Amino acid sequence: MKRLLTLAASALALAATPLAAQDVAISGVTVAKGDGSEPIANGAVVIRSGKVVYAGPADQMPAVPMQLVQAPPDTWVTPGLVAAVTSLGLWDVGAVTESNDTSAGKSPFNAALDVTPAINPSSQHIAISRAGGITRALVQGGSAGAIFAGQGAIIDLGADTDAVRVPRAFQKVVLGEAGAQISGGSRTATHVALRNAMIEAQAYANGRWDGADALLTRADAEALGKVISGRQKLLVAADRASDIREVIALKREFPKLDIVLLGANEGWLVAREIAASGIPVIANALVDLPSSFDQLAATQSNIGRMAAAGVKLAINADAMEQPRYLAQFAGNLVGLQKIPGAAGLSWGEALAAITSKPAEIIGLNDAGVLRPGAVGDLVIWDGDPLEVSSAPVQVYIDGVRQPLDNHQTRLRERYRDLDESDLPKAYDW
Amino acid sequence: MGALKSITLAAGAAFVLAGCATDSSASGDTVASASTAATDTAAPFPSTYKPYPSVETLIIPVTVYDGRGGGWDNGWVHMKDGKIVEVGGPTSMPPDVERVVDGTGKVVTPGIIDIHSHLGDYPSPGVAAHSDGNEATSPTTPDVWAEHSVWPQDPGFTRALANGGVTALQVLPGSANLMGGRSATLKNVPSRTVQGMKFPGAPYGFKMACGENPKRVYGGKGRQPSTRMGNFAVNRQTWLDAKSYDGKKRDLGKETLKGVLDGEILVHNHCYRADEMALVIDMAKEMGYKVTAFHHAVESYKIGDLLRENDVCSAVWADWYGFKMEAYDGIPENAALIHNAGACVVIHSDDANGIQRLNQEAAKAQASGRRMGIDIPDAEVISWITYNPAKAMGIEAMTGSLEPGKMADVVLWNGDPLSVYSRPEKVWVDGALLFDAMDRKRRPVSDFELGQPGEGDVK
Repeated sequence: MKRLLTLAASALALAATPLAAQDVAISGVTVAKGDGSEPIANGAVVIRSGKVVYAGPADQMPAVPMQLVQAPPDTWVTPGLVAAVTSLGLWDVGAVTESNDTSAGKSPFNAALDVTPAINPSSQHIAISRAGGITRALVQGGSAGAIFAGQGAIIDLGADTDAVRVPRAFQKVVLGEAGAQISGGSRTATHVALRNAMIEAQAYANGRWDGADALLTRADAEALGKVISGRQKLLVAADRASDIREVIALKREFPKLDIVLLGANEGWLVAREIAASGIPVIANALVDLPSSFDQLAATQSNIGRMAAAGVKLAINADAMEQPRYLAQFAGNLVGLQKIPGAAGLSWGEALAAITSKPAEIIGLNDAGVLRPGAVGDLVIWDGDPLEVSSAPVQVYIDGVRQPLDNHQTRLRERYRDLDESDLPKAYDW
Repeated sequence: MGALKSITLAAGAAFVLAGCATDSSASGDTVASASTAATDTAAPFPSTYKPYPSVETLIIPVTVYDGRGGGWDNGWVHMKDGKIVEVGGPTSMPPDVERVVDGTGKVVTPGIIDIHSHLGDYPSPGVAAHSDGNEATSPTTPDVWAEHSVWPQDPGFTRALANGGVTALQVLPGSANLMGGRSATLKNVPSRTVQGMKFPGAPYGFKMACGENPKRVYGGKGRQPSTRMGNFAVNRQTWLDAKSYDGKKRDLGKETLKGVLDGEILVHNHCYRADEMALVIDMAKEMGYKVTAFHHAVESYKIGDLLRENDVCSAVWADWYGFKMEAYDGIPENAALIHNAGACVVIHSDDANGIQRLNQEAAKAQASGRRMGIDIPDAEVISWITYNPAKAMGIEAMTGSLEPGKMADVVLWNGDPLSVYSRPEKVWVDGALLFDAMDRKRRPVSDFELGQPGEGDVK
């Protein structure tokens, strides 16, 4: 427990007070702003009324009417991590289908599916991810019945009943091998399904939709109407270089589409074309196996090479076992810099790829970054946040200090010892 | 780099075969000739693995983790004729060797060993035609051998070598079955045949699985077992039938089960829940065999005392949890709590990606323990991915630590192996340099990847 912070700031007696925004000033720590810049060794951060007021060198910190939080010298401060894409809040146990709301293959509806009412703010996965430093996430369902997976939402991971911040923020469509299997057995079927849906959605958006002549349900056409008119972003999952080129072509065909590319395991082969298109990428990191014919050229240098070509990039949380591996994956990209022939990211770029970049790509311009006016999402770490030995010691969302306990921490405390001499373990709580 | 307090100088130390059932196999040459001769019923498909040419090499100065809990700065490692000759510390005199590798700022460990892999049996690309890991047609298939499914061209082997420093691995059949068959222990050296990868002298393992998988797969087919009690009923009856096997009419399944009962084949039991592991331990006592290791074992922390008393290892992930009901109580402190209870910890992957980062998984498990007040030295943590898996696979007399006379299975890391920022720079197997991050031709490319986009890339 040597790493526990000594808390001197007011109103930090967490257990006794309701969750309310707290004013925090911390100085003499390493500050990483999340904007791509390198960390500041002797830095300071100030949060007031739920917003960032200052983040920078400690010696330029403005005078603040509050007591400083005292922290050990190896403490780091970063913005909250932003996880895109996740299924947080949509399931309790993956293999227990009754507890799993990620997809709905037997529903007559597809694009109209909306994760908002299904998200459970009390989910253990939200609590555990919060303890891992994630403060905001894009929650998106999976494709099962059609290439359109439905509408995802942006949540915060605060310990309250109000998780969804932006409902229906994203539609998702799946191309490539997965899309081909869903849409009838071939990529040819995928592209007909996609174009037909776009044309029907355009008709719906223009008030010319004829249900009798349509393949989409009315609800699906209405949902896609927002996509075709550019009012809702479209996540397009594709890995093979030729599929990525089709995504770029789709944007030329339907210019109003607000496309974000997802996955892009062969993105490095078409990096300059992606950069020229202006389409941002939520890219899989560390995928280096030809685990499908979609990704024969997969390499851990994919993100580094795309970044070097000027592609706007975030690391995809969906391509890892748990969203809280984001920091570990980012750290691995830093490590690649030491391997001749490999392409990685600088430390600052790697942190940005799990903070400000995903935030910007999903439309949260004031999250994932420590700059005046940004949301007061703050993580205080017991060491370098991208290092596997480090962990958050405090997490704030909108300036509200969050509890970090959960099912796992309770089990840890119960089984700290195996002593049952007085009573069974069931009485130890 | 963590503080290295224990200075263990192995110079001149006697080579002790700790608890080893295969003493004669300590020499690779002896083993190769012995197994080649043994093309009888006891050992068909013998190993044809032969070490590749090696050059006498001294790595100095370098931080050493010996895999047995020893670790020191300013040390050196001397390899010759495919073997570790000697490892030394700052006060011992290194030999005069022509080829010297500068290990300044770097760390040397034994080759990393994954006790739980499906490489080759579920290779990349993961298409249905490659799905060779589960003979899911009967709840007990002790007759199948994982080596007959291994595709040596799986690109996953090369990634495990280059990114993970993996020099040996156990390929297990999958967990659909209560008794899944024999495992294959391989050296991570590319070969045209699986025999060319088989670890000479390694005993067979036997894969068992309890819990959700067997009852789901066979319950789904409307047959026994469909419950956990069904799992035990089928297991116990199968053991009882095997005990009366006299060997007159050959029965492949019963030959394997007899090998387990005779202590020649080591049991690796996929099992998640604490209560279920305790039942398996009792069943093993009833039937007269021993469980060498529980794999996955996400609830081992609840029964560390029981596992210590019964000398059973736990092969675990650092922090996987929640993907199935029996994984719901998985916690990141599992490995540290098992270690703290005095039981044996192995970090495993069960994953073609995870096998590339076993060092990071071990580091995460260590850090979770430290945060709850369990401080496990770095050198001890390295044994979770070197000596401990070797011991649980029955090959610890030959590999798994940097001790004189052992195979020169060695990784030179370009930094602290317990840091996210470090990767293998060089990997030797039996003293042969088989991966070198500084030399793009010292990087294996499988047949499958030739002529494909990205051939020979850093990956």
